Amino acid sequence: MSARIDLILSINGRDYAVRVEPRHTLADVIRDQCGLTGTHLGCEHGVCGSCTILLDGEPVRACLIFAVQCDGQEIRTVEGLSEDNKLHPLQASFRDHHALQCGYCTPGFLMLAAGILERNPSISDEDLRDALSSNICRCTGYANIVKAVRAAAAEMGRR
Amino acid sequence: MPEGKVLGKPVTRLEDQPLVTGRGRYVGDINFPHQLHMRIARSVHAHAEIRSIDTSRARALPGVFAVWTSDDIPEVGPVDFRADRASEVLKPYRQPVLARGRVRYVGDPIVAIFAEDAYVAEDAAELVDIDYSQLRIIVSADEDPGEFEPGRTTEAAFLTHTFGDVDGAFTKAHKVIELDLHTGRHSGVPLETRGAIGRYDAATDILELHGAAKVLHRNRDTLVNMLGCNPDQLHVHESHVGGGFGIRGELYPEDVLVLVAAKRLGRPVKWIEDRYEHLMCANQGREQHHLARVAVDKDGRILAMEDEIFHDQGGYVRTHGYNVANRTMCMLTGLYDVPAFRAVTHYRLTNKTPCATYRAPGRFESTFVRERLVDAIAAELGLDPVEIRRRNLIRPEQMPYKLEFDEANVENLEFDSGDYPLLFEKALDMFGWNALQEELKRRRAAGEMIGAGMGLFLEEGGRGPSDGARIAVDSRGGVEVVTGGASLGQGFETAMAQICAEALGVDYRKIRVIHGQTDRIPYGIGAHATRATVLTGGAVHVTALAVRAKALDMASELLQLPADSLEIVDGTVRQRSKPRGPTITLGDIAKRLAPGSKVLGGRQPGLWAEEFFNPKDTVFPYGVHLAVVKVDPGTGGVTVERFMVAYDVGRAVNPAMVEGQLVGGCLQGLGGALYEEFIYDDQGQPLAATLADYLLPTLGEAPDIEVLITEDAPSPLNPLGVKSAGEGGINGVGAAIAGAIGDAIGRPGAIRRMPVTPQRLRDILRADGR
Repeated sequence: MSARIDLILSINGRDYAVRVEPRHTLADVIRDQCGLTGTHLGCEHGVCGSCTILLDGEPVRACLIFAVQCDGQEIRTVEGLSEDNKLHPLQASFRDHHALQCGYCTPGFLMLAAGILERNPSISDEDLRDALSSNICRCTGYANIVKAVRAAAAEMGRR
Repeated sequence: MPEGKVLGKPVTRLEDQPLVTGRGRYVGDINFPHQLHMRIARSVHAHAEIRSIDTSRARALPGVFAVWTSDDIPEVGPVDFRADRASEVLKPYRQPVLARGRVRYVGDPIVAIFAEDAYVAEDAAELVDIDYSQLRIIVSADEDPGEFEPGRTTEAAFLTHTFGDVDGAFTKAHKVIELDLHTGRHSGVPLETRGAIGRYDAATDILELHGAAKVLHRNRDTLVNMLGCNPDQLHVHESHVGGGFGIRGELYPEDVLVLVAAKRLGRPVKWIEDRYEHLMCANQGREQHHLARVAVDKDGRILAMEDEIFHDQGGYVRTHGYNVANRTMCMLTGLYDVPAFRAVTHYRLTNKTPCATYRAPGRFESTFVRERLVDAIAAELGLDPVEIRRRNLIRPEQMPYKLEFDEANVENLEFDSGDYPLLFEKALDMFGWNALQEELKRRRAAGEMIGAGMGLFLEEGGRGPSDGARIAVDSRGGVEVVTGGASLGQGFETAMAQICAEALGVDYRKIRVIHGQTDRIPYGIGAHATRATVLTGGAVHVTALAVRAKALDMASELLQLPADSLEIVDGTVRQRSKPRGPTITLGDIAKRLAPGSKVLGGRQPGLWAEEFFNPKDTVFPYGVHLAVVKVDPGTGGVTVERFMVAYDVGRAVNPAMVEGQLVGGCLQGLGGALYEEFIYDDQGQPLAATLADYLLPTLGEAPDIEVLITEDAPSPLNPLGVKSAGEGGINGVGAAIAGAIGDAIGRPGAIRRMPVTPQRLRDILRADGR
């Protein structure tokens, strides 16, 4: 055990005052101290991507970064995707395209896709597949995830 | 029954709203005040005697509440088999909750630590000192059996399945073809690791297990026997489950530990597995060695099949006994008409992670073996693999088709319905098989290493004996369906809601489906062996019809109209011939049926019903997998260019969900065929204990999987005609990929071992001087 450090995490536009050990991962702090359990842990070694969040707009594995590294940065999690109880186009599209089964990888995929599309709304099919291949889904076989993201991109483009 | 409105439609899922918004509740998301965190110190040796355990340093760590070895829980016996799997001969091979004197695989639980914080619990586990004395390590079922314990060999059972005159068939055969085949060790590897929370409420004397899945009621029944309490004192609760695939939700040592600890320590105990533990400790499967042979006549008709199987069970016998070995043998002849058959299994323990069921248990393995044999017949006789299959398929006029084994203790099978040749031709047609052959010829002539293969398979599901449901309509028309089923992410709630909505005449989105809560319903079949839609679906159907009958009976009196002139649409009863005439809602009917109501008459109060569905036998769906692969001769890498699943599901309750099951299962099968393998070194050390070593397919490896769902052979054994969809996606993948690779490299019988990794394929090509 080591000394605890006080810091402010900004998550989905709200500040959370937390007291952490240097070794506490961002994922654990988001889940256990901030109560935002939509960020899931699938492997804790950066392979599966279930814990993907946006850190200053970039998709990041929350299991591979310590909370103390995130002081002052803007964190977005799946809980921040929908606004005023209205689903984000990606969320609605995942539902409409049967792009989830058990749902465990879903928040990670949603945040990965949000990061990709916010950076490049007109990403090519090939680049999209390449980018989405960084996360793992064990249920769906991915086809419907690709369809859902593609459809959401079109929807977001119309807005 | 009213017009088909929602049954059979690809409607969106009821499950999705919380899951896409991050409001799911998986076991890791559940916390109780004052909970302790459990961490297990595990064996680092594959087979050793424990000479001593020193927990003093772990106990001394601030924040550690308790540290247990097996000496602290002498009253707790080994993890028991499910009630229906009891086998006296296997009982000595069960796994203790914490190792007693010996460890038998790397990861075997030895010490349980309970601490205020998960990080501290993990620190403490590092401080446990264990002194081992190594024993002979067995890493393969091919090795001579060793000693499990004094007087007991590691060959725990020798199993036999036979029918027909096998020796006669081999004697008079035109040709006998033999193959030496291996299926690799892999597993479900759900993205959520296992987890369990035990909580004891002394005020009510109820012990709760959270994080359970798959077979809640059966696990409760096993646990009450192990813990010596009554079923009403143990409530087992399912939360969201991040994938099942057969391995999640079985009973494991950690489930027992959190319960015993919660009661004894007086605080909730939470255990969340990490991925490293998962890949060493959760059930694995598939690893078998087959010495298979087949006797054929000059036209390629199968006269007999024979197989000697070496089944690698790992360190202990877990909840399923030798079920996987039995399923391998009884499904080996598959959808072919085989007159004589003999299979024997050496069911052997090794010093690796214990095995049990993984999606399509015994079927993925046996389909690989059977289809390799059939491809070998074609190659040996110089015949078209398609034609060989046509000649051997069971014909529709042979249905129901019986497999009757000689052994009294082996269950006979009766294939309920099916037109195997029809599905085979439909699949070939949709895939464009004949045109494909021309294209492959052209591409091979241009220098490409490309080929096609197939796997034809039989599935089984919907095994009884029985399941029930309780459906109640409340005073505002809300419908609650209480089931003993379980949800592993397959869309159980949606499917049950669709079945209920169809029979009752309500909007499926207004139905709340309860599952996996043993305190809500006394019995439950769970979700295993593709049972849910058949068993629980059947129960929901008959129960919804009973509620409907009661609603119409009351409505008939209130509206002064004959019951058989009424229909229920969107929760409102009206006259079929006069939709704009008098109506009454189900909610109002429920109010009129309240206890003490003046119009109740002689009726039982309440608009609800409870019914059971008892199918008389198992259903047998079937399918065809077709694959086109391209081999890179330089690297041995395989690219799956096309893959198709054709599957007769009897009747699809929700075609989009069926397709999801098939496509997802198929990609999982591709993992097992090409990438995934739990390998161990000669000391039994696992070499694939991270997801960087155990390679799950990503989108980069996923082909666009083509799907053909047919409903040509509805089951006669249940009122909806449904079969089952959970395992048909994975069943034939290994077979189809092996055949396609053999075809691509111009050596049809070359693939004898799964997964076909680049190294293995390079070795085959190198042996050919390529």
